[in-house]
Amino acid sequence: MTSTTFQKPRWFRWPISGDRLTNIVSTITLPLIGLALFIGAWHIGAQQVNTSLGTFPGPAAVFEQWQNLIDEHQSENLRAQAFYERQEKRHERQLDKNPDAQLTFRDYNRRPTFFDQIVTSLFTVMTGFLLATAVAIPLGIVIGLSTTTYRAINPIIQIFKPVSPLAWLPLVTMVVSAVYVSDDPMFEKSFITSVITVALCSIWPTLINTAVGTASINSDLLNVSRVLSLNWFTHVKTIVLPSAIPMMFTGLRLSLGIAWMVLIAAEMLAQNPGLGKFVWDEFQNGSSNSLGRICVAVLMIGFIGFLLDRCLLLIQSRVNWDKTAISR
Amino acid sequence: MSHSTLAVGPPEKADLRFGFIKLTDMAPLAIALEKGYFEDEGLFVELEAQANWKVLLDGVIDGQLDGAHMLAGQPLAATIGYGTKADIITPFSMDLNGNGITVSNQVWEAIKPHLPTGEDGKIQHPIHADVLKPVIESMAKKGESFKMGMVFPVSTHNYELRYWLAAGGIHPGFYAPHKGDTSGQRQADAFLSVTPPPQMPSTLEAGTIHGYCVGEPWNQQAVFKGIGVPVITDYEIWKNNPEKVFGITREFSEKYPNTTIRLTKALIRAAKWLDADDNANREEASKILSQPYYVGADYEVIANSMTGTFEYEKGDTREVPDFNVFFRHNATYPYYSDAIWYLTQMRRWGQISESKPDEWYFDIARKVYRPDIYAQAAQALIAEDYAVADEFPDFASESGFKPPQDDFLDGITYDGTKPTNYIESLEIGLKQNDTL
Repeated sequence: MTSTTFQKPRWFRWPISGDRLTNIVSTITLPLIGLALFIGAWHIGAQQVNTSLGTFPGPAAVFEQWQNLIDEHQSENLRAQAFYERQEKRHERQLDKNPDAQLTFRDYNRRPTFFDQIVTSLFTVMTGFLLATAVAIPLGIVIGLSTTTYRAINPIIQIFKPVSPLAWLPLVTMVVSAVYVSDDPMFEKSFITSVITVALCSIWPTLINTAVGTASINSDLLNVSRVLSLNWFTHVKTIVLPSAIPMMFTGLRLSLGIAWMVLIAAEMLAQNPGLGKFVWDEFQNGSSNSLGRICVAVLMIGFIGFLLDRCLLLIQSRVNWDKTAISR
Repeated sequence: MSHSTLAVGPPEKADLRFGFIKLTDMAPLAIALEKGYFEDEGLFVELEAQANWKVLLDGVIDGQLDGAHMLAGQPLAATIGYGTKADIITPFSMDLNGNGITVSNQVWEAIKPHLPTGEDGKIQHPIHADVLKPVIESMAKKGESFKMGMVFPVSTHNYELRYWLAAGGIHPGFYAPHKGDTSGQRQADAFLSVTPPPQMPSTLEAGTIHGYCVGEPWNQQAVFKGIGVPVITDYEIWKNNPEKVFGITREFSEKYPNTTIRLTKALIRAAKWLDADDNANREEASKILSQPYYVGADYEVIANSMTGTFEYEKGDTREVPDFNVFFRHNATYPYYSDAIWYLTQMRRWGQISESKPDEWYFDIARKVYRPDIYAQAAQALIAEDYAVADEFPDFASESGFKPPQDDFLDGITYDGTKPTNYIESLEIGLKQNDTL
């Protein structure tokens, strides 16, 4: 703003100052304008693309499929209700025949709807991510504290870091099939496979960033620790962790982004339950609604990825006392 | 196993998960679930679409799936150890016919002028593969090879496509597993490769393949999308040929004998419903199958073939009432002779690399195809008045071998009791004592 501002007459006062107004305008309207332009371009562009499954779905078609998916979810709930009613009737019949009959109560085998798949994917990604974190943070601290360990492990990290999840997948699948054998498994094999694949791919950013964060502690702090002759555990707790946290979170955010991306790919390839399977199944269906439904899934995947990132940011702002780290 | 006419005991395993591939002929599974036939047997079934045949078979072998809709060749190949080694059996044949061969628009344009037409001006069917020869030659001159897609190395589609090509004098190539060559393209004029069914139309559109052999709805899909033209149905290659089977591991059938009989009962009832009253239920079945969690293709596409018509070129729709047979002609009975036909084709194209005596063919067929289980299921249904005896073969006298069949495109007779003779009688292909 320049200092030579136009002097407003006294009777003409905005309820809010000009600067704040510009601020509000820019934080609310600009994204809206961007969104509107995108939707307009999408609407026009979609009509130009003729695929073998009909024209590419525009925003209206996608919205319609979104409603369809909600309807399907509700009708699946109704089916579940009907199943339980049938079961009750069967039980009544059994009891009529024999008052002491052994009744078996069973759960309805839900056909996973779009929303069930979202829940499955979220649960899987969180499990895989937490597993990766549980390994990466302690290991990262150990590596960061000792240059020797770091040098020894670094080549391994560098080699495994760029490996695509799709390359891990067949190996993981085979190993899980061979090792995870029980008559009454707590988790599905497919779930274990997805979790391990996600963990293998999302472990590296957290590991590296934690190690770097740990290794680059301010030397004054290290001297303080020496003077006070803190034992190893206290040293890590009071000196190392607080200074490594910003880097750690940078790593965690990268890891979670990767985990989410990897999970969708793994589900698509291995047909493990989740959003990825939903997309692949729809692609295989090849009906005139398929592309619209895939678009809904794509938007949903993006939106969830965004939310996951924000959640971590929120946690970071709570535990991070280095207020200079700008949250991007 | 003895034929007990006693009522079947309660199922040992009630919660089951079956795999399927998104094809019209998974219908018996969907119907058995939707119509409550599984529940009537005390079975609570979950149906899960699989990415491809390999994933499906592995799922059954390692127990993630209790059973699955399979290609007839899969249990046989697994038992003889071609591809994967595992003991898979089948108590239930799922359907007859249901496949077609489609070529791309460019190939169709090239062959169409040379096709004979009938008095009504329509193209005469069946179309023989020899019309492709000029196309293949002109492509060869340009240094290109003629490629076709099929769904799996041991699929019905692979053998049908090869049968059709070979009957037209086009060599579809040999397999040589003993030399580590499982491409099936040795000495080939037409190069066949695997493409998952749902990807067939998009692969054809991309120009990666020039034609394919696949089940429905993927031939009709090509017509709808205007990307290809079906030239022949498998009904015209071999009338009423066995197509899919329901496969389970032998271990499963031994561990859960009642469950096995009960699921077979439910599937027989579903097949019966599908063919009841001259296909009266087919429209409803098509609606069910068009749900996204089953086949998921558009209703019109599925109904096209399910309701007994087949559209070749756009607008050229013809009656093929037996295009999908689920119960008529004893379609669900696991005949040994059906199993043996597949084995002869595996031998013919080199998937079985050494010559085998007739006895070997009979042994494998008896190991894999289990009419004894089928008979127990059928008798239980008869006892419960869900079916009548004359809907089934006479179990007491049935040998499991169909009488010699001569309904092949090239007129060669197939007699299941003489596999070696049959192999010798086929023009292109390995003979009894050939090895590559």
